[in-house]
Parts: sequence; C-alpha cells; structure tokens
Amino acid sequence: MKVRRDVFQAIADPTRRAILLLVTTQSLTAGAIAANFDTARPTVSKHLQILTECELLSQEQQGREIHYHLNAQKLKSVADFIEPFRQMWDDRFNRLEAIMKNHQPNQ
Amino acid sequence: MELKTKIHAEDGRQDLIIVRKFDLPVSLLFMAYEKPEYVEQWMGTKVLKLENKAHGGYRFKTTDPMGNKHNFHGTIHEFVPNQKITRTFEMAGFPAQLEFLEFTSESAKKSKLSMHILYRSVEIRDQILQLPFAQGLNMAHNRLQNALNSLKTL
Repeated sequence: MKVRRDVFQAIADPTRRAILLLVTTQSLTAGAIAANFDTARPTVSKHLQILTECELLSQEQQGREIHYHLNAQKLKSVADFIEPFRQMWDDRFNRLEAIMKNHQPNQ
Repeated sequence: MELKTKIHAEDGRQDLIIVRKFDLPVSLLFMAYEKPEYVEQWMGTKVLKLENKAHGGYRFKTTDPMGNKHNFHGTIHEFVPNQKITRTFEMAGFPAQLEFLEFTSESAKKSKLSMHILYRSVEIRDQILQLPFAQGLNMAHNRLQNALNSLKTL
C-alpha cells in the first residue's frame, strides 16, 4: 500500500517528471536519460530507482543494456486523480476495520 | 492483488460508488457508523451530534494536520440497523450531496459496504475527487515550509 502513495511523491519532483517526459516516446538506457541532465549520474539513478519502484517505469533487458520505458497504464491511474481519493477511503476503512476488530462484545 | 476499497466513477457522471469488503461481521461494521465514539476514532473527527433515526441530524468537526477546522453536517433520511443509512452530507464550501449506504453480510465474519454518492453536478464530483490530491500537495508544501522555517531559527 505504501507503494501507491509513493506514486504521487514520485511525480511531485520536477526531475522525475522530466524523466517521465523523456521516455514517453521511446525507451532509453540510464546513460541516455542521465545525458539530459546536469545532475550527477548517481542522482539520476536514484530517481530512476524511485520511478521503477512505484511502477511508473519498467526495466527491460536488451542484450547487455537495460532500457527504461514508461508504464502508461500506471501514469493514467495517477492522471485521473482518483487514486488519492481511493487511498483516503482505504486508509479510513482500514482504520475502521482495525478498531472494530478490537471491539469486545459486552455479553 | 485485489484492492480492498474500490471506486467506480465513470467519466461525465455526477455520482460514484465506493465499495469495500471488511473482515468484520456486518453488526460490527454497522456499529462503526452508529456509535459516536467509534465514528470519532476511524473518521478522525469530533462528533458534535449524531441522531441515528429518520429526520435525525449529525454534525462533525475535524481538525486537519495544519490545524484548520472543517465542519461537516447532514440529515439522516433512513436508518435501518445492519442494512442501510440514507443521508445528506455537506462540507463547508460545497453543495450538499446525497449518500446511500448499504451494509451487506457476506458470511459470519465478512461484510460489505457500498456507498453510492450523488453530487450536484459532474464538475462538483470531479472537484471533490481531486481534493485529496490537492491536499497531498499542500501538505508536502507545508512540511517543506516548516523544515525551512526551523532552519531559519537555528
């Protein structure tokens, strides 16, 4: 469940949004993506890791190279804004369930 | 993995349905809506009034993490224990909405809640759907602001 929340943290960062934009038209290697930024390579790697963990990017082995491509389906679920609303209710209902499981009947 | 809470919200409609399955007998699920002390706990709100009967009213007051107070209120139209609640719901700044809550027993230890919500317009529904997203960004912004402020005082 934590992963779902992270999707929104992921797209809140401008560098990560720029990375997503880069891979909308083609899949790219980490090196090709990093070449578009002034930031240090490990920083870009960290961003790629976050985007992969929350499933906005998928990795694909092509020969000796790993290509990153956009998981459009996942991005769509973010774009339609319903997920945070669902998450809010899910959190509430999880709380309800936990509280009521502790309820001790009086009889 | 199947999600426990599902939202059915079709484009261009002014209603939506929230469905959730619980590992609870329906009586306990219903109790979470009936007893003010439980409502306060899981909704994270203060219950000022809760009259569980037709023509009854309810008023909640919630303080968000930023310290802002929000008032919610409505009227109860139908109240059938362990089966259904029909009510209006209004939060400050938005028109009233109509809510049909249906509680179903799935087994001795499992139950389901279906919440059908009707909004005044498609636009209002979409605005309310986007609220948690906007609040999430706001909260992130506020945390950043707080972090910066604490740096200034060093």
